[in-house]
This record gives sequence, C-alpha cells and structure tokens, in this order.
Amino acid sequence: MGTAALRALPWALLLLGPLLPGQGLQANPMLASEPPQGQPAQLPGAEIGGFTPAPPASAQEIQPLNKQPANGSGEGHAKPRKAFPVLGIDYKHVRVPFEISLWILLACLMKLGFHVIPSVSNIVPESCLLIVVGLLVGGLIKGVGEKPPILNSDVFFLFLLPPIILDAGYFLPLRQFTENLGTILIFAVVGTLWNAFFLGGLMYAVCQVGGPGLNHIGLLANLLFGSIISAVDPVAVLAVFEEIHINELLHILVFGESLLNDAVTVVLYHLFEEFATFEQVTIIDIILGFLSFFVVSLGGVFVGVIYGLIAAFTSRFTSHIRVIEPLFVFLYSYMAYLSAELFHLSGIMALIASGVVMRPYVEANISHKSHTTIKYFLKMWSSVSETLIFIFLGVSTVAGHHYWNWTFVISTLLFCLIARVLGVLVLTWFINKFRIVKLTPKDQFIIAYGGLRGAIAFSLCYLLDYRHFGMRDMFLTAIITVIFFTVFVQGMTIRPLVDLLAVKKKQETKRSINEEIHTQFLDHLLTGIEDICGHYGHHHWKDKLNRFNKKYVKKCLIAGERSKEPQLIAFYHKMEMKQAIELVESGGIGKIPSAVSTVSIQNINPKTLPVERILPALSKDKEEEIRKILRNNLQKTRQRLRSYNRHTLVADPYEEAWNQMLLRRQKARQLEQKMNNYLTVPAHKLDSPTMSRARIGSDPLAYEPKADSENLPIITIDPASPQSPESVDLMNEEPKGCGGLPPSPEEDEEGLVMRVKEPSSPGTDDVFTPGTGDSPSNQRMLRCLSDPGPRPEPEEGEPFIPKGQ
Amino acid sequence: MGSAHSVPAEMRELADRTGFTSEQIEHLHRRFKQLSRDQLTIRKENFDSIPDLEFNPIRGKIVHAFFDKRNLRQESDGLADEINFEDFLTIMSYFRPIEMNMDEEQLDRFRKEKLKFLFHMYDSDHDGKITLQEYRNVTYGPSCPVTTEFPAPALTRCLGPDQVYEGITFDDFLKMWQGIDIETKMHVRFLNMETIAHCY
Repeated sequence: MGTAALRALPWALLLLGPLLPGQGLQANPMLASEPPQGQPAQLPGAEIGGFTPAPPASAQEIQPLNKQPANGSGEGHAKPRKAFPVLGIDYKHVRVPFEISLWILLACLMKLGFHVIPSVSNIVPESCLLIVVGLLVGGLIKGVGEKPPILNSDVFFLFLLPPIILDAGYFLPLRQFTENLGTILIFAVVGTLWNAFFLGGLMYAVCQVGGPGLNHIGLLANLLFGSIISAVDPVAVLAVFEEIHINELLHILVFGESLLNDAVTVVLYHLFEEFATFEQVTIIDIILGFLSFFVVSLGGVFVGVIYGLIAAFTSRFTSHIRVIEPLFVFLYSYMAYLSAELFHLSGIMALIASGVVMRPYVEANISHKSHTTIKYFLKMWSSVSETLIFIFLGVSTVAGHHYWNWTFVISTLLFCLIARVLGVLVLTWFINKFRIVKLTPKDQFIIAYGGLRGAIAFSLCYLLDYRHFGMRDMFLTAIITVIFFTVFVQGMTIRPLVDLLAVKKKQETKRSINEEIHTQFLDHLLTGIEDICGHYGHHHWKDKLNRFNKKYVKKCLIAGERSKEPQLIAFYHKMEMKQAIELVESGGIGKIPSAVSTVSIQNINPKTLPVERILPALSKDKEEEIRKILRNNLQKTRQRLRSYNRHTLVADPYEEAWNQMLLRRQKARQLEQKMNNYLTVPAHKLDSPTMSRARIGSDPLAYEPKADSENLPIITIDPASPQSPESVDLMNEEPKGCGGLPPSPEEDEEGLVMRVKEPSSPGTDDVFTPGTGDSPSNQRMLRCLSDPGPRPEPEEGEPFIPKGQ
Repeated sequence: MGSAHSVPAEMRELADRTGFTSEQIEHLHRRFKQLSRDQLTIRKENFDSIPDLEFNPIRGKIVHAFFDKRNLRQESDGLADEINFEDFLTIMSYFRPIEMNMDEEQLDRFRKEKLKFLFHMYDSDHDGKITLQEYRNVTYGPSCPVTTEFPAPALTRCLGPDQVYEGITFDDFLKMWQGIDIETKMHVRFLNMETIAHCY
C-alpha cells in the first residue's frame, strides 16, 4: 500500500466510521460523539468542501491494515511477536480538541455556505439559517444514535459569550451611546423589570388557572421564569440588526439596552434563585435584593474600569514588543469578565466598561498593525462565537428534554410580546418628555419589535437546579419556543417591515474631518454658553471630564509625545492615512472623490487658483472610466459606520477597495505608466494626491505649493523619496524608498506628530514601527500598512500596483 | 430692564420675540443680574467672572459673539460695547431647542438662524465671507500649534470645478452643514435652570 493510502487512513476511518459498524476496532468510539461531518450530502445548503470522503474502495484495503495496528498498539507487549505499529490510532488523546475544532469548522463552513448562496440569506437572516442547521445536525446525531451535545452553560458563558460582548464594547460608538444613555438605561432597567414582573405575575395567574399540570408552580418560580425570559439578548439583536442597517439611533438604543439589561437579569436571576430556597421572603431580603442591583451593575463597571486602566497603562510600555499588544487587550478584558463573574457581578458590564475605557489610550499607544490585529481577531472570534451559539441552540433543541404544555407555552409567548409592547410604549411616552429628538411611533415599533430573545435566556434556564425547579423542562421548552419565535418570525420580518415603514436607514455619510471639526467646535460653543448661563448641563460635565482626562489621565496612560497630541490632529492623521491608502491602491492615478478632503490650507491661494495640467492629457473616456471605477470602489467602503457588521469589516475604508482594485489592475496599469512620469515630481512640491486630483480635472481645486513651505511640514503621500525622485513603486519600494527614510528611533514613539520636514537619513527599519506622519516617513506609513516587513512580501504588497509588470 | 423688571407687558413682548417662556426669562434675568452685578448692561469684562469659561478654547469667540451687532439683529455692523438684557436674551434664543409644534418652515428658519450665528462666529472681519485663515483661527483656537498643516475641510467640495475660492459665503456654509442636524445639536437645555451657580 502506498504512502498515499497510509496518509488517507485516518481520514478514511473518520469519514467511513458509520460504514464500518461493529468492527470492534478502536476506531469506533472515536466516531460515537462526533458530528457527522462525513455526510455532506445530508447537510443541505452547506458546502463542506474540505471533507470529501475517501472513496469507499479503499475501505477494503484499509481494513486489514486497520486491524493490525489497532491490535498491535492495544495489546502491547502481550503478543510475542507483534509487528511494529507503523500507524496507530489514539483518538482519546485528541478527542476534545478534535471535536471542538470540528464544531468550529462546521460553523465557519456554514457561514461560507450562506454567502456562496446569497439568495437564501437575503430573505432569511443568518441566525435563522444557523439554527436550522443546528437542528439538522442535532437530528442527525440523534439519528446516528448518539446523544447530541447540549449547549453547556459554562461553555456558553465563559467562552462563547465574551468575544461577542468584547467586540461590541470595544467598538461601541461612544458618542451616540452617551448621548442616549438616559434612554438606554431606562429601557434596560425599568423595561426589563417591568417585563419580568409583568410576565412572572401573569404566568403565575395562568398557572393557577391552568389546570393540574401547572398548579404547583409557585410565584417565585414564575417570577424567575419571567426574569430569565424578559431580557433582550445582545447576540440575537446584533445578529439581526446588523443585517438591516437601521439608523444609528435605533441601533444603539436596542443594542445598548440588550447590553445593559444584563445587570438586571443577573440580579433578578440570583435573587429569585436564592429566594426559591428560602422558606419565607422578608422585606429585608427584598431590600437587599434592591441593593444588590446597584452593587452588581456598578461593581461590574468598576471592575471593568480598573482592568481597562491597567490595560491602558500596560500598553504604554509595549513599544518594544509590539507583537503581543493585542494579547494584552484580549487578556485584560477577559480577566475583567472573569473577575466580575467571580463575584457574581455583571460580567457583561465589566467587559463593556473595560473595552470602552481602555480603547482611547490603547489605540494611541499601539501600532497600527496591532490595531488591525485586534480588530480582526475580535471580529473573527465574535463571528465564530455567534455562529456556534446559534448552531448549538438548534442542536440543544433536539437534544434537550422537553415538556410541552400548550397553555404555558402559548401564554408565555403572548405575554412576552404584550409586555414588550406595553413597556416600550409607556417608557417612550415618559422618555419623550426629556428628549430633544423624540422617538416617533415608528421608532417605538422597531424598538418593541427588536426585542429578541436568545441564547442567554436558554443558558440561564439550563443552569437551574432540578431540585428546586422541577418544571425546568417546561421552562426550557417555553423559552426555546419564544427564542425561535423571536428569531425566526421577528428576525425574518423585521427587514421587510423596516422597508415598509420607511424607517430611516443608516446614513452612508462619510465621517469627514469636516464633521469632526464642527462637532468639536459645537461642543466648545455649547459648553461656553452653558457656563455663561450658569447651567451645569450635559456639556459642562463632559467638558470637565475631557479636561481632567487631558490633564492627568492621558499623561499616565499614553506613551511619550502622543499624550500631547490634540485630538483633532490625531483624527486628521487617521483620515490622512486612510486617504493615502485609498490613493495608493488606486495607483495614485485617481481623483478620490473628496470624502475626506485633504486640501492643505497652505495651498489654497485665496485669490487665484490655476488649474495646472501637468499630466499628458488623458482621453476623456479613460478619465471617466477611472473616475467611475474609483467612485464605485470607494463609495462602497466609505461608510459612516459604526455597526458591528461581521461579514465585511466595512468600517475599513480600504479592504473592499483593495480587493476590487486587484481585479482592475490591468485597466489601471496603462494609466499608471503615464502617471509615473509626473509622479516623479519631487515631494516637496506638493501633495501628489491633491495634484493628481487636480489633474484629472473636475476637482474643485487645484493646489499650488506655496514658496515658503519650510515652516510648514507637509504630509506628502508621495512615496517617492525626496532626493531621488522615482516613480511610484511601492511594492519594490523597500530597497530604495522605504528603506531610505525612516526617522530615527525616538521618532517611533511619537507616532502621528507633525514635524517640520527634515532631511531624511537612512536608518533601520522595524516591521512594527508605528511611525507615520511627515514626508520622510510617509513611505513607512505606507509600508506599515502594506506590511512588507524587511522584505517586501508579495502577498501583502499585492494591492499596490507593481511597477512595469 | 433694570431693577424694576418683570413688567408683564415687557415680559410678554420679550417672550414673543425670543420664544422663551416667562419662567426661562426669569431665570435668565437672574443670571444676567449676577453677571452684570446688578447693572443694566454687561460688558466684555463681566464675562471674565465666569471661572469655567477660562478653559474654553474658543472663549474669545463666544464672548465676541455676544457683542456682535449682527447677532443682535441690529442693522449696523461692528461690535457693541455693552449689551442689555434684551440683547442677552436675543443671543440666548439662538440656542433654544426645537419644539415639537414647529412646522417645516419654522424649522428651516430656526436652522438658518442658528447657522447664521455660527457663520458670524467664524467670520471675524465681518465681510460676509469666511476665509481659510478665519476658519483656521476658529477651529484650532490657541491650543493648536500654528504651524500645523491642517486640511481645509470639505468647504471646497461645495464649490464647482471652476470656481475660484475666495471665501465661504453663507450659502456655502449652509451647504456644508447640510448633513448635520444643527437644530437638534445646537441647543442648551433651558429647562432646568435651577442649577445656577452662585459663586461670584
């Protein structure tokens, strides 16, 4: 038998397991609890490309070989003359990681499958499809005769939930969140309390009249049930809302509510769980319960803040070991979560708090690459987690013990919906008295309709002790029904409803530097007016906090020079970088529709602005074509995001554009040749992007360098070295341009700082140098982003148009 | 208004003109008296007595805006030396929050007024146009290093391809702010004014 067969052996065994019944081989136990990966035909809609079963023909060959090593390794030295086990099977050894990996792989392949078949996923939200897949997988496992795994609550709370929450917390749009904090808190706290008690009370009433099966369920049990099921689930909300692209206000309201109600849920859950063991509930207990709410929520936040600060402080010193920077972020956040859970505080709030607190400081300290890494890892983990959660929900449904009681389940469903609607209506009426931007009935409808329940409710119920809660199975059944209903019915219909009601969608506006400046200006203005009025309002305290932050906190937590960098400048740098990337990937040939306008002030001569055409005139239609290409590419990516879209990190302005540009490289290449000629204009002359924009024509302005540019540092995106004008050639840049002008080591620390242009000096590179900024280091900026390392690695330098290929 | 304030007819007239309720006018009047130390008018120096204002990077501009005759709806131009309560109220009225019962036209007017106020803040030389220099002065304030090159924001995006850039006129300014809901953002809550500082 050839080596090929040998190599195929484990796979074949794996996949053909079900076909080799009763072999008595060691192989069998391995397949007992393994999800039937090897039956691709039976999993509809999925393309499990990686698991093509080995041709059955080889099974015959394999069996004899199989017997030998199995017997050989099993019996060891008992046999006098055993053959040396060329190949052994020891499944137990790797079983757990193996199965985990298989599950995760299944989840990923599912995701892949859904996107390859777009038609289905347009109608049905992904969460529904995943649950269906879970149901099928569970059914299959059951069909094989094995016991399908149930979503273990520990696994859920400790491993599956934190990535999602951290992702949400780290990228929380803070401005909207704090602006609407009052509303969110009211919905989260009062709304959840109302839901819990209303539902619990009503269910108790139902139980009393519901017949013999239900009479024994006490008030406490019902209240506990109510509190479990009343909480809006962040995972489900995220999964559904991010597909419908609703406007930011509604998104943050529902999502914020789902996050913050965790504190209430935790308190109520533990409260009622404890009370169920008591003989009698006294007033003291109730008061203690009330107090514990504050302890749980504020304690959770406190823990999160502490860890966030520590993380920020740590990141200050990581300039020499950039590689592990992301790990610090993840670990500290996870520790915050675990520490909070340790004390029965709200882990979710701790996680959110730590993410929010650490983010501004960490972002200022870490390198660009670490930032990208953090972003990608968070998105990746949360994406996988979410998929796994839904699949497991499906599997657990099949696997769990159910007890179906029509009255209970139907009334639960009904009252859930009623409670939600009533709660939202009443609370909105109350809240609108204090809001400037009132919530319209349409908004209210979406908020009510978006109250999805999810896996948290399921897991919490699963944790219930059978001894105290004999009716746990019935609860489980009811909860699963509600979850299915909300996810399927509400999840599927919310998108057409949003369209029908013409709810305002997320604006695809570009968050330009313009807006940022204006927002800041307005903040200062309003703070000033408030001070003049003597009114200590919203802006006043925000301003005080900012000042405190700037004066003390930033100094501690941000390394080096960057603590002094005004926020606006930092923002500007970010924008500039994005712009540079966009420009570079287009080969420097295009007019970039001025989403982020980088007209340099110095270059706008207030009086006259000659439009110079230095470029050899391109034919009109070629120009048009380029412009169209760029517009198409870039428009897609310029989004005022801030939704947690996991499919396509759309916040990144250049991801999609990059990919698309790869495809369009040929078209652009010819142009690029011509461009190369003029891009050899020495860097001090002007920002080449702006020049090029002027050239292509219908740019509002062309820019002319001012003579006195010594004092004004220029951010030039021109990657060509100032001394040796060369064509744009980023991929092979490394030996010449990039290697040419990195700033000296201490500049590394400064990060994004504007400096007067200084003569370049050759120096060593560091792959993780965060340096960006003025002209000597703009190549590094580009290099950082393209990450060529000491040598240009082709796959990463790919997007840049190679020279003369 | 002076010490014999709250003549009802005057109040009502003020209320009509500026849109504040009489309660709010009372509060603001109290504040005015504090600032002016019981005088009839306020001068620029009176604003120095507000401690929190010290930290504000655009303090000068804000104070200046109070004395800007264009904001005071007077026909003339230039700066007033002192303003009375009526003028104070007029300036404050720019920061009223929108009300539910406003119709489209009113909202539009409201918005324009607020933006005009902002425009006047930028346009320090009163020539009806904002040049880049003025823009830069306002947005950076004294805290940013002068030598930074900063992008002139998408002002220029409003201009057509052949337009020569001489300065931003009010119409351009309007266009710039189109995407931003100024009417919901630019307001101060005059509802609860009980938290008036008494520390002078």
